[in-house]
Amino acid sequence: MLISVASGKGGTGKTTVATNLAYSLGSRAVILDCDVEEPNAHLFLHPDMDTTEQVWAQVPEVNQDACTLCRKCVDICRFRALVVAGKSLLVFPELCHSCGGCFEVCPENALNEGRRELGQIETGHSHGLECVTGCLRVGEAMSPPLIRKVRAHVRPDKINIIDAPPGTSCPVIAAMKGTDFVLMVTEPTPFGLHDLILAVEAVKVLGLPHGLVINRSDMGDEKVRDYAQKENIPILMEIPYDRAIAESYSKGKLIAEMWPEWTDIFQELFQKIQSCLA
Amino acid sequence: MGINMQEIKELVVISGKGGTGKTSLTAAFAALSENKVLCDADVDAADLHLLMAPVIERQSDFKGGHEAVIRPQACTACGRCRELCRFDAISQDFIIDPISCEGCGVCVDFCPEGAIDFIEKTCGQWYMSRTRFGPMVHARLGIAEENSGRLVSLVRQQARTYAEENGQTLIITDGPPGVGCPVIASLSGATALCIVTEPTVSGLHDMERVIRLAAHFNVPGMVIINKSDLNLDMSKAIEDLTRERNMSLLGRIPFDPVFTKAMIQAKTIVEYDKESALSLGVREIWDKIITSSAMTPGRMINLKEAIKA
Repeated sequence: MLISVASGKGGTGKTTVATNLAYSLGSRAVILDCDVEEPNAHLFLHPDMDTTEQVWAQVPEVNQDACTLCRKCVDICRFRALVVAGKSLLVFPELCHSCGGCFEVCPENALNEGRRELGQIETGHSHGLECVTGCLRVGEAMSPPLIRKVRAHVRPDKINIIDAPPGTSCPVIAAMKGTDFVLMVTEPTPFGLHDLILAVEAVKVLGLPHGLVINRSDMGDEKVRDYAQKENIPILMEIPYDRAIAESYSKGKLIAEMWPEWTDIFQELFQKIQSCLA
Repeated sequence: MGINMQEIKELVVISGKGGTGKTSLTAAFAALSENKVLCDADVDAADLHLLMAPVIERQSDFKGGHEAVIRPQACTACGRCRELCRFDAISQDFIIDPISCEGCGVCVDFCPEGAIDFIEKTCGQWYMSRTRFGPMVHARLGIAEENSGRLVSLVRQQARTYAEENGQTLIITDGPPGVGCPVIASLSGATALCIVTEPTVSGLHDMERVIRLAAHFNVPGMVIINKSDLNLDMSKAIEDLTRERNMSLLGRIPFDPVFTKAMIQAKTIVEYDKESALSLGVREIWDKIITSSAMTPGRMINLKEAIKA
């Protein structure tokens, strides 16, 4: 089973819900941090890391001796990653989307396979829970290929919980696409509602079952609840604002670890997700 | 007309982590500053307009890229496109999934039948608007669309062009969260960054990455600690990191429910209660920003020359 936790707006409590849910399910679960631009799940789960793997994107490298400057690769590249300057062919690796078009079109075999570092993936465990974290290299622009590599660590025999990035564009889509359920976390404020509506539209484009968690549920207004009711989105959980929760969050402590009764509440959340899917 | 490009300063407000108060503070700066253009570069989940109530004067399409579409009557199902596509975007019955399509056009170029069209897509809209605080450029990226970085560059460029033509000397840009493509597009060529963080493990972790990105692009940064009383030790750790990376600390803002209350009334935090300690604190921060050496590079050079002399 594959549950993605998404939000639209950042800072609504996505990571809080994903980590506490995963912790409460323990060894039945795997958490995959796909918010690779700013991965945070490990700051709360404190996993012992076992493996680190570098992730690369394939980019062309020019063999200048073989290149005849025919420009076929320059013409085929929609991302302007190849340019002829004077008597040499230049590659801008950071613009390359690894589509392979240049390799395919080059009549002289003048391009070699080079690579650009996208980031790294660490795997580890915490309280019997498996943890996988993708971390984008600072300076790297493209996160979707790394997100897809993190998702290659999904374990079919377990409950996989994906901590998705904020927003509604390609990185979120890469994290949510093909998951069984999208758990959306919002706050009952105008910003929260506005971005939730965008996130729901994205989830609908993908045709995925979804439900809502309202965080800091007593700080704001009723409009998120009205919207959920109108759109028939089940509200699966509400977390009221609590200064003690905010303070424990600031120190990197899980709610379910600090107050064990929350373990039951998060297990109940999982049961509600299951009944949404039944 | 004819204002020198060098004279226009752009302050970009970013955070790394989402939900630290970036947009609420950008809106407050909009209320406190003069002769500027506002720019919402968080095109993925733009929220600044909720506080600025812009009246749209001009709306334009954002042509963000292309999408490959197979014409079924011309397709012989030879499979060449499926073999070449690196993005798993083409199904066994030769239909291209627009969400997976990267827009690289490789299938279009190599289809032996020429059966694949390459259609220019409208990926969103951008707007030139009026607000009670002056002109604003903002955008809406289409749902599940790509190329948010190009749309960010577009709105920033439009804000600059508008400022050049209309004599504004300042652009205040609300940036996106994270460190990826839209953030990189928000940083290049900015005069200075205002990094809004919070004293939590994730606030510190994410700010550290944003600082490294700023250094990578050589943009000077200043730091605001929002919700600063939530964890005093963590606030101290952020201050230490700020100093260690040669950035200036603009101020600490204690946790204040007015951020939410003002948002519900579609007001900026400084309009909600002009005389509150929060408003006065934010005003003080804004004064520090506009007089900072990062935002007045000309003056810094003069100082250096003065020292030499």
